[in-house]
Amino acid sequence: MEPILQFFYNLVPGLADLPLWIAATIVGAIVVVAMFTYIALFALIGIWLERKISGHMQDRLGPMEVGGWHGWAQTIADTVKLLLKEDIVPDKADKPLFRFAPILVFAAALSAFAAIPWSRSFIPANLNVGLLYILSISSLVVIGILMGGWASNNKWSLYGGMRAVAQIVSYEIPVSLSLIVAVLIAGTLDMQQIVLNQSGSILSWNVFRFFPFPFIAFFIYFIASLAEVNRTPFDLPEAESELVAGFQTEYSGMRWSFFMLAEYADMFVVAAIATTVFLGGWQAPFEFLTFIPAAFWFLGKALLIVFVQMWLRWTLPRLRVDQLMYTAWKVLTPFSFALIVFVSLWKIL
Amino acid sequence: MGEYFKNIYKAIVTILIGMGVTWRHLFTRAVTIQYPHVKRELPPRSRQKLFVDIDDCIGCFQCARACPVDCIDIETVKAGKEEDLGETSTGQKKRLHVVKFDIDLTKCCYCADCVFPCPTECIVMTPKYEFSTYDRFDLIEHFSAYSAEEAEKLKERDRKEKEALAAARAAKMQAAPKPPSSDKPGPSA
Repeated sequence: MEPILQFFYNLVPGLADLPLWIAATIVGAIVVVAMFTYIALFALIGIWLERKISGHMQDRLGPMEVGGWHGWAQTIADTVKLLLKEDIVPDKADKPLFRFAPILVFAAALSAFAAIPWSRSFIPANLNVGLLYILSISSLVVIGILMGGWASNNKWSLYGGMRAVAQIVSYEIPVSLSLIVAVLIAGTLDMQQIVLNQSGSILSWNVFRFFPFPFIAFFIYFIASLAEVNRTPFDLPEAESELVAGFQTEYSGMRWSFFMLAEYADMFVVAAIATTVFLGGWQAPFEFLTFIPAAFWFLGKALLIVFVQMWLRWTLPRLRVDQLMYTAWKVLTPFSFALIVFVSLWKIL
Repeated sequence: MGEYFKNIYKAIVTILIGMGVTWRHLFTRAVTIQYPHVKRELPPRSRQKLFVDIDDCIGCFQCARACPVDCIDIETVKAGKEEDLGETSTGQKKRLHVVKFDIDLTKCCYCADCVFPCPTECIVMTPKYEFSTYDRFDLIEHFSAYSAEEAEKLKERDRKEKEALAAARAAKMQAAPKPPSSDKPGPSA
């Protein structure tokens, strides 16, 4: 909490006169609201971008009508539509679980934002185990998804939920192992420290240090993180051509849109982790570019990764379940183990 | 083991090739035509909405007979002896009042079979294709030049004439000696 409190004290000096617990509560509430707003905005723009990118990759135009310029207001119109939709809870559903699942999924996605460093002074919670915290809190998503799939009392939902569990639990391993490669180099789990460790030019970023091991780890992390957030080619939990909508089949209106919001929030979170751990976080790629605010570099790098996620989505078809498991257990996991061994040896020798 | 690494290599290379393809398509021109704003030019002889130039119609019923779905509904009334209905643009004399010429576009199958037999070329396919309505009865197009009252009047006149004719014939039959009865059974109908 210290750096963010300091950040707000500098912004509003009056806050420093208040007792710490009041100031902390105010700052915390502001940060949570700001993060929620950011997720909502990111989802709005991200969904629009995804539609435009998918359209142009298929030689279409995508939304063009709503709002005038290239359909920029399309997702706003869709949000309004979702807000007006009937909230349907199936008769035979396990109602408390059914209602709680989207909240849990979104809460897990939102709490991961707490440890993301946006700039030198702006990090909502500067934990010394920040990376571990993000990894563990975003694992909660899987419980929410299974909860939704189970509580819907629908075979498609249950299949989707079970696939999600199998997939996310498997891919958690290559995700953590590939991050360990970078952690070995940085020697810390503190997100801010990891970023500061990479200061300098583009060559001191983790991807390019100890070449080529963290470089491979970065790609392993990227592939596995795609599976973590259930995006194509790993969208088996939703798999609309096989499972209707997977675990979201019975959801409608706002409850469904919270799943959607969580998906986009998770997309950003994994992109932010990749940025922080491998791509130098909020640091500029070259010394002479440091006059541009740090948040710009952070957002730019993260959004670039989000773009690549979308690019891959519209390039690759969905994997089969056995291919999914093969990729996780027989390719990504052994490779990341080997990378850990190599980097450790390099560090020692 | 060699197979394993070859598969990984292949996967990476083919994914990169695929990404190259989508990247190129990201910048190729979209094929979309923004329909209500931009309208595509239709090919020549495209068959869309039917149109009847009623001034040229001689009420020959050939189109109605040719129609495979019976969507053309025509009623005619014979012109009086002293009436002159003029000529069509192809120089044929019009001998019938076309009091009703309805085309039910909900039934029309756009085959253009009605267009070919028309002796005066008055029924044609137009390139107009935007004619949706809120009420499907609005899709029944009335082409007749006669208003409902005029048509009713003409039909009334026709009926009276026919009645008079029938009455005259009956009177003639009554007056004439009864023809020898023939109990030949007609074809069962």
